Amino acid sequence: MEKADALRVYRKLILARRAEERIREEYGRDEMKTPVHLGIGQEAIPVGVCQMLPPGTKSFGTYRNHALYLAVTDDTDRFFGELYGKVIGEAKGKAGSMHLAAPARGLLATSAVVGTTIPVAVGAALANRYRESEELVVSFFGDGAIEEGVFWESLNFACLRRLHILFVCEDNGLAIHTPTRQRQGFRSIPEAVQGFACHVLSGDGSDLLHVMALTRQILEQMAQDPKPGLLHLSYFRFLEHVGPQEDFDAGYRARPAPEEFKRLDPVARFERTLCQNGCNPSELAEIRREVDEQIARSVRASREAPFAPPDELSQDVFA
Amino acid sequence: MNAHLSFKKAINLALEKEMEADPDVFVFGLDVPDHKRLYGSTVGLVERFGERRCFGTPLSEDAMTGVALGAAISGLRPVHVHIRVDFMLLAMNQIANMISNLRYMSGGQLSVPLVIRAVIGRGWGQSAQHSKSLHSIFAHLPGLKVVLPASPQDAYSLLRSAIRDDNPVIFLEHRWLYDVEGEVDEGCSVPLGPPAIRREGDDLTVVCTSWMNVEAMKAADVLAKRGVELEVIDARTVAPLDVEPIITSVRKTGRALIADYDWVFCGFSAELAAVISHRCFGALRQPVERLGFAHVPCPTTRPLENLFYPSAAQIIRTTERLLGLEAADLSGESFYSHEQRFKGPF
Repeated sequence: MEKADALRVYRKLILARRAEERIREEYGRDEMKTPVHLGIGQEAIPVGVCQMLPPGTKSFGTYRNHALYLAVTDDTDRFFGELYGKVIGEAKGKAGSMHLAAPARGLLATSAVVGTTIPVAVGAALANRYRESEELVVSFFGDGAIEEGVFWESLNFACLRRLHILFVCEDNGLAIHTPTRQRQGFRSIPEAVQGFACHVLSGDGSDLLHVMALTRQILEQMAQDPKPGLLHLSYFRFLEHVGPQEDFDAGYRARPAPEEFKRLDPVARFERTLCQNGCNPSELAEIRREVDEQIARSVRASREAPFAPPDELSQDVFA
Repeated sequence: MNAHLSFKKAINLALEKEMEADPDVFVFGLDVPDHKRLYGSTVGLVERFGERRCFGTPLSEDAMTGVALGAAISGLRPVHVHIRVDFMLLAMNQIANMISNLRYMSGGQLSVPLVIRAVIGRGWGQSAQHSKSLHSIFAHLPGLKVVLPASPQDAYSLLRSAIRDDNPVIFLEHRWLYDVEGEVDEGCSVPLGPPAIRREGDDLTVVCTSWMNVEAMKAADVLAKRGVELEVIDARTVAPLDVEPIITSVRKTGRALIADYDWVFCGFSAELAAVISHRCFGALRQPVERLGFAHVPCPTTRPLENLFYPSAAQIIRTTERLLGLEAADLSGESFYSHEQRFKGPF
């Protein structure tokens, strides 16, 4: 990768990380009245996958959607506006964190009920096929969604129709607080999916370059042999399921050792790679400074912005 | 152009006309293109428009409903069909968590122009899992439109309006109405919302949904022989419902009976009774009455099933009670049953 490209990707990665760190700082004020499912540790997956997507791709996600939203839009004004419930937000405060989407920019929907956007993504892929469009649809979901019937129904139909859709499983090994071994009666997700007519690749979702390489690889496979793809990417959720805190003292999982901590952190890992490949730490610091300024401006604007007027309550129910 | 059509042929024609007019309209669902063609309502579509626009699906109601939503927000106009409304319960996650909410949650950025057709009904010993109507449940959810046509003209015109609507519409078709015949004006447009006055009268307003229109019209014929005139109103669209014609009627008659093809408890009839009681309080000469399903799961055996469903006879008895009349001898009357199918004219 060219250095300029690498730094652009770094900017995306750090935008997601710094935005969420800012949420952690701000959340205690109780002005951001929306449950936040922070994705610290997850960022390399949406950032890396989105980096490789062709123009015109439509994406769908989950309630852990901040990095995806920012990877697609770069728009911290409408992002923080929505989290603060203000009229300048993406949905004028009607969506909040859990349903954040940017339809005009290709992120069609995210959802707080596990698995619900998967068939909708398949429907968007069917619409592309209907119109003889070659455009791609990507559907992000967590490992818990695999246990929902609708995942298998959707995978079945997508494979039956050989739709141009990329399923991305962001696997943090937890459904809220319940680990995989207490939930899944099969050896692994890639193995369980193997009987379906789709391409399957699995890898480390904490490694941004690896995510990008796997995405490129599966998109090539999908181009050569047209059928859906499923990327299974593991990552470590650093924070509690919902809310701004760590919860290593809650007893359901242990705090990783310091070295492991660094290996699981996609930002630390990518920074190390960048520095090993000729980037100067001060260049990265400069990008972080710019990103922090952008975030600070957006937080300020969002805090100062008005709430939607009362008549907005009954708007947008019907077209 | 006028034609004499059955209800099922009217639905079929509406689908054909909309598919012809708009290449973004497609029709899909379990069994849609099989040899029975959803009781005849999808005849000829796959031959004329091909498998791209008329296709069957896996047994995956939940996902296929999500697929309809995904296609709708991508600008297509899907018509998803269920041979029984009961199967829509498998798709309630998509209907109640996604379809009804998505426009609102996107701050108005997304439109969801989709139609879900489902057959409701009765007969053949359908029992508890093939007999529901569920329109009260759907109507309870903000963001859904809910339509129950009761005549061939409305089946045709309301389905066309539903497909043209930029919102999700649940379209519920009673199986017994499928063979009802009547005149259909192909140029007649019927908007979603306003009810239709089926028969004018001064003594009692009877507001009906779906098959109950047939029962009420029969009851009105019987009562008319004694000089009692029912005003029969077909609600047609239960959500969003334009109540004004109903309010006007009840203010005129001073009495209201809601004959709903659903359970009474927490049902559409309860909602409408509340609205009528509130809006017509000073004009009501008696409390608003309601008829609907018995509050039990639908039984299979015919004698019990007949007790489960509201009927013309019940409408007659309720009317007599409201008007202080003697109960008439109904032994000479012939009421509709599965054994004596109603064919219309409506």
